Amino acid sequence: MAIAPEKIEVPAGSGAAHDDNFHNPPEKPSAQFHHDADEKTADLRHRDLIQSALGKYYVARAGKQSKFQNWGAARQAAAEVKWEAVGHLDKYLREFEDKISARGTKVFWASTEEEARDYIVGVIKDAGARRIIKSKTMTGEEIHLNAALEKEGFEVAESDLGEYIVQLREEAPYHFVFPAMHLSRGEISDLFKEKLGTAATDSPEELTMIAREVMREKYIAADVGISGGNFAIAETGMISITENEGNARLSVSLPKIHIAIMGIEKVLPKMSDLALFLPMLATAGAGQALTGYNTLLGGPKQPGEIDGPEEFHVVLLDNGRTKLLADPEQRDALSCIRCGACLNVCPIFKNVGGHTYGTTYQGPIGSVITPHFKEMQTWKHLSSASSLCGACTETCPVKIDLAHHLLQNRRNAAQQKPVWSEKWAMKGFAWFMNQPRLYRLALKLAPLAQAFHPLVKGRRLDPLYVWTAGREFPKVKRETFKDFWAKREK
Amino acid sequence: MIMKITLFIPCFVDSFYPQTGRAMVRIFEKLGHTLDYKPQLTCCGQPPFNAGYWDESRKVAVKVLDALGDAERVVIASGSCGAMLKVFYNELFKDTLREADARALGEKTFEFSDFLVNELGVTDIGAKFPHAVTWHDGCHGLRELGIKTEPRALLSNVEGLELREMGEAATCCGFGGLFSAKFPSISVAMGQVKTKSAVETDTKYIVSNDGSCLMHIQGVLDRERRGMKCLHLAEVLNQGW
Amino acid sequence: MPTTSSRETILSAIRRALAVPAPKPGHHAGESEPQQEPQFQNTFSILGQEAATSQKRTWLPPVGESWDAWADLFAANSLDLKTQWILCADEAELKTQLQRLRAENGWTKIGLHRGELTDLAAETLGLENFYVDDGYDAHQLEKCDAGITQCDALVAQTGSVLSTNQSAGGRVLSILPPHHVVIARREQLLPDLPAAFELMQEKYGDNYPSLMGFITGPSRTGDIERILVLGAHGPKKLTVLCV
Ligand code: SF4
Repeated sequence: MAIAPEKIEVPAGSGAAHDDNFHNPPEKPSAQFHHDADEKTADLRHRDLIQSALGKYYVARAGKQSKFQNWGAARQAAAEVKWEAVGHLDKYLREFEDKISARGTKVFWASTEEEARDYIVGVIKDAGARRIIKSKTMTGEEIHLNAALEKEGFEVAESDLGEYIVQLREEAPYHFVFPAMHLSRGEISDLFKEKLGTAATDSPEELTMIAREVMREKYIAADVGISGGNFAIAETGMISITENEGNARLSVSLPKIHIAIMGIEKVLPKMSDLALFLPMLATAGAGQALTGYNTLLGGPKQPGEIDGPEEFHVVLLDNGRTKLLADPEQRDALSCIRCGACLNVCPIFKNVGGHTYGTTYQGPIGSVITPHFKEMQTWKHLSSASSLCGACTETCPVKIDLAHHLLQNRRNAAQQKPVWSEKWAMKGFAWFMNQPRLYRLALKLAPLAQAFHPLVKGRRLDPLYVWTAGREFPKVKRETFKDFWAKREK
Repeated sequence: MIMKITLFIPCFVDSFYPQTGRAMVRIFEKLGHTLDYKPQLTCCGQPPFNAGYWDESRKVAVKVLDALGDAERVVIASGSCGAMLKVFYNELFKDTLREADARALGEKTFEFSDFLVNELGVTDIGAKFPHAVTWHDGCHGLRELGIKTEPRALLSNVEGLELREMGEAATCCGFGGLFSAKFPSISVAMGQVKTKSAVETDTKYIVSNDGSCLMHIQGVLDRERRGMKCLHLAEVLNQGW
Repeated sequence: MPTTSSRETILSAIRRALAVPAPKPGHHAGESEPQQEPQFQNTFSILGQEAATSQKRTWLPPVGESWDAWADLFAANSLDLKTQWILCADEAELKTQLQRLRAENGWTKIGLHRGELTDLAAETLGLENFYVDDGYDAHQLEKCDAGITQCDALVAQTGSVLSTNQSAGGRVLSILPPHHVVIARREQLLPDLPAAFELMQEKYGDNYPSLMGFITGPSRTGDIERILVLGAHGPKKLTVLCV
C-alpha cells in the first residue's frame, strides 16, 4: 500500500459548552434584518420557544403524511394542477368570475393595494356600517387593511386567536399560519391582563376562553365580515376557506356583508381538486388530516336560505403577482397554497424568527416572492439570507423550487444592479482561482500568517472576524493535497 | 472493472483537510482503480455563483469544463461541490455554448459515497473504527443529489463503528458558503443547533461526506469546547487497514 | 370605473406574462426522475373525472373496502380529533343515547332545524326547542346548550362531517352553540374525500347551497404555544350519532 493509514487523534475536552457570549452589539443598525437577526439569534429563550413549538409540528406532520399512500405522487399532482391553473390564469379567473357573480357575488379586480383598500372602505361606507369582524387574511395584511379601516374610524376586530393576540400587541403576525407562535402563555396572559383586565393564568385553555368570550359578542354585533380565501374554484364559482377555530365560519355567516380578499393566483380549475388540496394543505401546514373547518362559499344568502350575508364581495388582488407571473423561471411560486411548511422547516426562520423578515410573507416563500411583489434591490438581502439547504423545496406540498429561486433572485439582483464591491471581489476571486501558482503561493504563506492569528482572533481587527466572532477557523496544512499529489507523482 | 477516476479536490480540502483527499486516494487504490488529479483545478466556482455573479462564476467553471472534458469519472469529496458540478452547472451554462459540456460533466461526476455505492457497488472497504459516531447529512448532498442511504451503508460495514443518529442529522449546519460570512450570527446559531444535537448522542465524532460543513461545525464545536471532532467519511473508511 | 379598467389591466398583464410558458413542475434536481408519461394532467383532462378520482384514491390515506372498515376508520379518526362518535344499532338506541347526552350535559334548551332525524331528536328530548328555519335571533341561538343538525355525509377518511346550509339548518346553527350534535344515517357514511365531492356534484349539480363544507372535529386552536385547545370560537364538543 502506498500510503500508511492515518491516525486520528482522540479529541480532548470536557464535552461541556462554555457560555462565551460572543455576540457583539450590531455594528450597522441601519440594516434592520441584520440587526434583528443578530438580536434574535442571541435570544436563546426565543430560539427555544420556536423550536419547541415547531417540534410538535414535526411530529404531527410526519404522522399525518405517513398516512398517505403516496405523498410523492400527490405532491406531483398538486404541483401540476396549480401549474395548469396558473398557466391559464386568465381563463380560470374569468370562469370563476362568471360563475360566482351569476349567484349574486360582486367581484372586484384590484391592481394595487390602494385600489383594494379603497374598494373595501367604499363598500363599508356605502352600507353605513361601522363594526367589522375579520377572520385571518394574509392578503389583508399585505394591503395593510386594518390601518386603512381604523383610519376611517371603523371598529376592527381580528377574530382568529393568534391574530387577535398580535392585534392587541399592535404588531404584525409572526408567521403567516401561526401568527402568535413567538409568545409564551405568560406573555399572552400579561397582555390580556393589561388590555382586557382579565386575571392572570398560565392555562392556554383559559386564555383561549377569554378570547372566545370577547369575540362572541363581536360576531353578532358586526356589520361586516372580512375574510381571506384559500382557493377560488373556477368550475363552480366558489371560494374555499380553511380554518380551525370556526371564527371564519362565523365571520362569513353572521354579518350582513361579507368581503373576501384573495390573490389572483388562488384559483383551482375544479371543485374536486380540493379532494387533494384540502388534506395536503392540512398535512403540510399543521400536521392535520383535515383542518377543522373547510368552507366553500358560492355566493351570498340565496333565496330560500335561512341565513347568510346579503352582500358578498370578492376582491381579486394583483399587487405584483402578474410581475412574478411574467418570470417563467419562478412562476411556480404562484402555486403557493400558503401552508407555511417552508417556514416551519427553515433553519433560518427557526433562528431569526418571523418578525426579522419585515415582510407579510415570512420564510423561504416570502424571500422568494417579496422582491417580485415589491422591489428587488430593497428586498434582495432576504434571498442572500439563506444557506440554500433546500429543506423548503423538499417540504413544499406543491413542489415550488424555492431554494433555487433564491439563487435566481441573487443572480437577477446582481445583473440588474451589481454591488460594485461584491462584483470586484468576485472578479478578483475568479481571477485568483484561475492562477494556480498564485494560489499555491498564498497557501504556502497562510500557515505563517496563521501563526499570528491568535493575536487578533475574534476581535474586530481580525480579517477573519466574520468567521471567528462565533467559531474557530481551521488551520491551513503545511502539506496541501496538491503537495501530496506532486510527491506521489514523482 | 477498473476505472480511471479523476479526483476533484476543492480548495478547503486541499488546504485544510488534505487528509480527506489522501484517504480517498488510498481507498480507490485499494479497490484497484487508477487515479488522476488536475492540480490546476481548485475551485468549482460556487462562491460567485451563490453570490449571484454568474459571469464570474463561469470564468472559473469553464476551466473545470476544459480540464475535466476527457475525464472518465470525476469524484468529489464534497456533496456541495458535487451539487455544483452535477446540478448547478446546468443552470449556469443554460443557453450558452457550453451547455452540452456542462451536462456531460454532470453525468460523469459523483460525490464520494454515491460513487462507491452506486457506481462501484462497494459498501465494505474493510475498515475498522471502534467508536460511536454520529452523522451529519450535508444539505447539498442530501437534497440536491439525494444521497442519504449510501454513507450509512458504508458506515454500517465499518467494524466496531456504532452509528448514533442525531435528531438534527438532516438539518442544515448553517455553513452555506458565503452565507456564513454575510450572516455570521445566523450561521453560528444554526451551527449551535447542530452541535447541541450532536452532543446529545454522546459520541466523540461527527462524520459527514461534506468537508465544508465539517469546517464550520468543527469551528463551532471548538468555540463551544464540546470536545468532539469532525471527520470526513473517507477518513473513517481509511481506518484500520 | 376602476373595476373595469383594473380587470382589463390585470387580464391583459396575465396574457402577456403567459406568452412564455413555464416548464412542467417536478424537475428539481436531486429528485428521482419526474413521473413518466402519461402525465397526470393528461390523464385528468382526457379520461375525465372518474380517472382523476381513482388516481387520487391511490395517493390519499387508505380507507378500506367495506362499510364496517369505514365505520372503524371514522371511529379511530374521531378519537384522534376528540369527536364523540356514537354508532347506534337502531332508532331505539339513538333515542337512549340522546337521552343520555341530555342528562350528561344538562341540556335545557336546544337549537335545531326541521328534518326527519332532528324532529325525532326533539321529540325524544322533550326540551325547549329553538328552531332556526324561519329566521332567528343570534343571541337566542347562542344561549342554546346544543345545536342539533343533520348533514349530507360523513367522511371516514378524515372523520369529517359534510354539511351545507341546506342540510344543516343554515350557516350558524352548527357553529354558535357550544355543543354540535350531528345525526346521520348509516348510508350517509362515505369512504373518502373524492366520494364527498362526487356526492356534492350529484346532489346539488349547479344549484348548490351558498355554503358547503367539512367539519372535522370540534372547534380548535393551537395558537398558544401550539398546544391544542378545543372550543376556540365554535363548539367545544362535537357529537356524531350514526343510526
Ligand atoms: S411555498 Fe410551498 S411550503 Fe411554502 S407556504 Fe407555499 S405551499 Fe407551503
